[in-house]
Amino acid sequence: MTLQHPDLAKLIFGRLTWDSIPYHEPILIVTFIGVAIAGIAVLGLVTYFKLWGYLWREWFTSVDHKKIGIMYIVLSLVMLLRGFADALMMRAQQAVAFGPHEGYLPAEHYDQIFTAHGTIMIFFVAMPMITGLINYVMPLQIGSRDVAFPFLNNFSFWMTVSGALLVMTSLFIGEFARTGWLAYPPLSELSSSPDSGVDYWIWGLQIAGVGTTLSGINMIATIVKMRAPGMTMMKMPIFTWTALCANVLIVAAFPVLTATLALLALDRYAGTHFFTADGGGNMMMYINLIWVWGHPEVYILVLPAFGVFSEVTSTFSRKRLFGYASMVYATVVITVLSYLVWLHHFFTMGSGASVNAFFGITTMIISIPTGAKIFNWMFTMYRGRIVFDVPMLWVVAFIVTFAIGGMTGVLLAVPPADFSLHNSLFLIAHFHNVIIGGVLFGMFAGINYWFPKAFGFRLDPFWGKVSFWFWVVGFYFAFMPLYLLGLMGVTRRLRHIDDPSLQIWFEIAAFGAVLILLGIVAMLIQFAVSIMRRDQLRDTTGDLWHGRTLEWSTSSPPPPYNFAFTPQVHDVDTWWQMKQHNWRRPVEGFVPIHMPKNTGTGVYLSVLSFIFGFAIVWYMWLIAAVSFVALLAVAIHHTFNYDRDYYIPADEVRRVEAAHAGA
Amino acid sequence: MKALRGLLLLALVLALTGCHTVLMSPSGDLALQQRNLIIIALVLMLLIVVPVIVTALVFAWHYRASNQKAHYDPEWDHSTIVELMIWSAPLLIIIALGAVTWVSSHKLDPYRPLDRLGPGRVVAVDTKPLEVDVVALDWKWLFIYPEQNLAVVNELAAPVDRPIHFNLTASTVMNSFFIPALAGQIYAMPGMQTTLQAVINKPGDYWGFSANYSGAGFSYMNFTFHGMSEDDFAKWVAHAKSGGGTLDHAEYAKLEAPSEREPVRYYGSVAPGLYASILNRCVQPGAGCMNMLRMSEPPGGAEAATSSDNHAVMPMARPQ
Repeated sequence: MTLQHPDLAKLIFGRLTWDSIPYHEPILIVTFIGVAIAGIAVLGLVTYFKLWGYLWREWFTSVDHKKIGIMYIVLSLVMLLRGFADALMMRAQQAVAFGPHEGYLPAEHYDQIFTAHGTIMIFFVAMPMITGLINYVMPLQIGSRDVAFPFLNNFSFWMTVSGALLVMTSLFIGEFARTGWLAYPPLSELSSSPDSGVDYWIWGLQIAGVGTTLSGINMIATIVKMRAPGMTMMKMPIFTWTALCANVLIVAAFPVLTATLALLALDRYAGTHFFTADGGGNMMMYINLIWVWGHPEVYILVLPAFGVFSEVTSTFSRKRLFGYASMVYATVVITVLSYLVWLHHFFTMGSGASVNAFFGITTMIISIPTGAKIFNWMFTMYRGRIVFDVPMLWVVAFIVTFAIGGMTGVLLAVPPADFSLHNSLFLIAHFHNVIIGGVLFGMFAGINYWFPKAFGFRLDPFWGKVSFWFWVVGFYFAFMPLYLLGLMGVTRRLRHIDDPSLQIWFEIAAFGAVLILLGIVAMLIQFAVSIMRRDQLRDTTGDLWHGRTLEWSTSSPPPPYNFAFTPQVHDVDTWWQMKQHNWRRPVEGFVPIHMPKNTGTGVYLSVLSFIFGFAIVWYMWLIAAVSFVALLAVAIHHTFNYDRDYYIPADEVRRVEAAHAGA
Repeated sequence: MKALRGLLLLALVLALTGCHTVLMSPSGDLALQQRNLIIIALVLMLLIVVPVIVTALVFAWHYRASNQKAHYDPEWDHSTIVELMIWSAPLLIIIALGAVTWVSSHKLDPYRPLDRLGPGRVVAVDTKPLEVDVVALDWKWLFIYPEQNLAVVNELAAPVDRPIHFNLTASTVMNSFFIPALAGQIYAMPGMQTTLQAVINKPGDYWGFSANYSGAGFSYMNFTFHGMSEDDFAKWVAHAKSGGGTLDHAEYAKLEAPSEREPVRYYGSVAPGLYASILNRCVQPGAGCMNMLRMSEPPGGAEAATSSDNHAVMPMARPQ
């Protein structure tokens, strides 16, 4: 039929043809075969063990913030493997492509890899990990039964999955953007990038962005409205404070990204000239807008990590957090200032000296509250009794690493210094220094810290330490040479380098990447070993680390309703204070608990969004229109679903609570 | 951790003394001042960062749980003196660094005409800078010398100790013009013009390239920059001018087509107004020039600002 009616074929398949599949790339074909085999194996196992019903009922359709949080983190770890595979390929290419050697990656492939690496690591590794941790921990910390809008939470998660799937699809159907992770126009305009890559990038981020923005609104509403009685703003745990600030940033910044991407999409789809070189377009507007989102994004990632470090330092030093108020103000100041620094990403685009100096100085000012935070963590350790479990090891590595990353960041904030260092490998080293050393170390501390809360057994400390040492040492090997190469004037995103004398430094960096790979493998082994040895690693107290905040007052894992009775808060370190006063878990007087009901709507909307995204990337107008209408229809239909809550009977609550008390 | 720090220090020492770190041993006065600035800023920050790292490690070690001799005070969470100190120490450093930033941003502004050729060497009042119009193409560099009526692809030369005034634009996408030995980089963007004023102090062959990813051929978008004596420069110009034909609009249209690893090419003469047409995006016959389109608009706004203060506006509002 397609042969007789080419127009109909175009209407249905758009510009998608058999040629869009990259058969000619052996690396991609092998990857595809590997992914297909692994995927079939997983699906087969799930089917064999008859887990579909369980997964659907207990996880996919769950509106429980704890399960959604865990699913976010699983998503981020899966995407970490993809993003890191990209990193290894880049390091390998740069370690061999010198002088006459071209390396093993052609430009069209290499350029997709560094774009995908940046996009995936920020949007689909760091963001879901942060959101997952906030989702899991924050409602427990504020003594709440769930987030403010449980269904919205499930929907947000599935939209993130949908965006991630769209980006992953680009690996095997068509291509991903070859523009760098922020897709600066005019390079990202149709004139320079006519293929599907930039469209995958736009729609993947747009769909995931819906989830991120809605999740931000949800978390703010939760923190503002659902805190336990007595928990005033200045009695909120510091992680909750950082979660609040990060989500305020999300709600204020992500709409800017959405609008920017929408304008770029209009340029590409409707022939407008917002950012084109000709036709009155203004590409500088894109650069400004993308960084008005992009800089706060950095703090969206790092603030919750700061929160984790605060909780971990205080818990493992067996001591109150030093300078709580000072920490809160520092967090809020960083939140506000993060909007006043975006121009430091393009000092070299010819702004006047006064403009450059203004944004350079505002950037440096951020280092004052950040510096204060580092001192606060140090003085939390001071006069403490520090137990060096795995989470605390990450804190120490973080303080040392982040101090270096912060310093190079301030250096880059001096405009004339940036003229030399902008876009160099020094810059690459700097932001990996703060994102790995700050965000990722924080998330690993957080995962090791809260894992026993989520699953009732802790992660194996031996493999945790193995992973820790490989990561930290690997990080220094991978990125210190890049600082040096930056000072040698080597710029980023090079596929080939002329000067063979530089090769040794790239080889050291590649060695560091291999160490990090071992760190990731050790982490996966840590998960596997911990699951196998779960009986030895079991924690029945619910308070393994002698915690200080409310999440440690309930059982591990917490019951679906979190708390049988809403706690009363008198102190920042509520649980610590409750323990000091010999608080006993109530064993009677239970009442039925009102709970939200699971729903599959989030999954349906996500599937439809994916179909819509895929269709519009390939100009399949018919399918795009139908799926978009279906999307609206399902969303509207869901608003008429009145069967959305149930009660856990008091007897059931009594049984669960007794089981924990007896344990 | 100690070993790591040792490694780090070693790297830093290497960076500051190594023979390959072009940013640390530049040959142009602007790059030299930028180098000094980097060192000043780094030293200012090390004043606080090194003690922080050392103290953090000392605290972590001293207050380990197994050291029962260490003082333990689980309720100690506030001290006005300490809080004052931890906010004011970074504040003081940033005040110092902020002052350095304000002054250096103005002094080393790439738009600012040079007032010195090197430490203690003032630019003579009647010095006329060497004019070079730079166009970033896919994926090669075009250098137009209006005074010499000369155009060169992927090679640049300038006499030592004579200020150079670069005007930069691009044909399709954003690139960044960077000769690390000479001066910091500046973007070259289509339909916009940026400026760089610099001087090279030592004869030699230096490495220049695009520092902003611009597509498939980006890795090979390199050129050699020759710092030469006045005589050698005159010889180079003569040699280059004897090299080839005229770069007119038709020839430029051919040159503009994307290509990689272009060899050095000389054009003995350049059609008048070519650079202005490239900048205003009207090289193709029939295309309206951006500056002509703008002329029909009532004067004011950005245009007015441009004429009074070249620095006050964003480059997007800075047409030719």
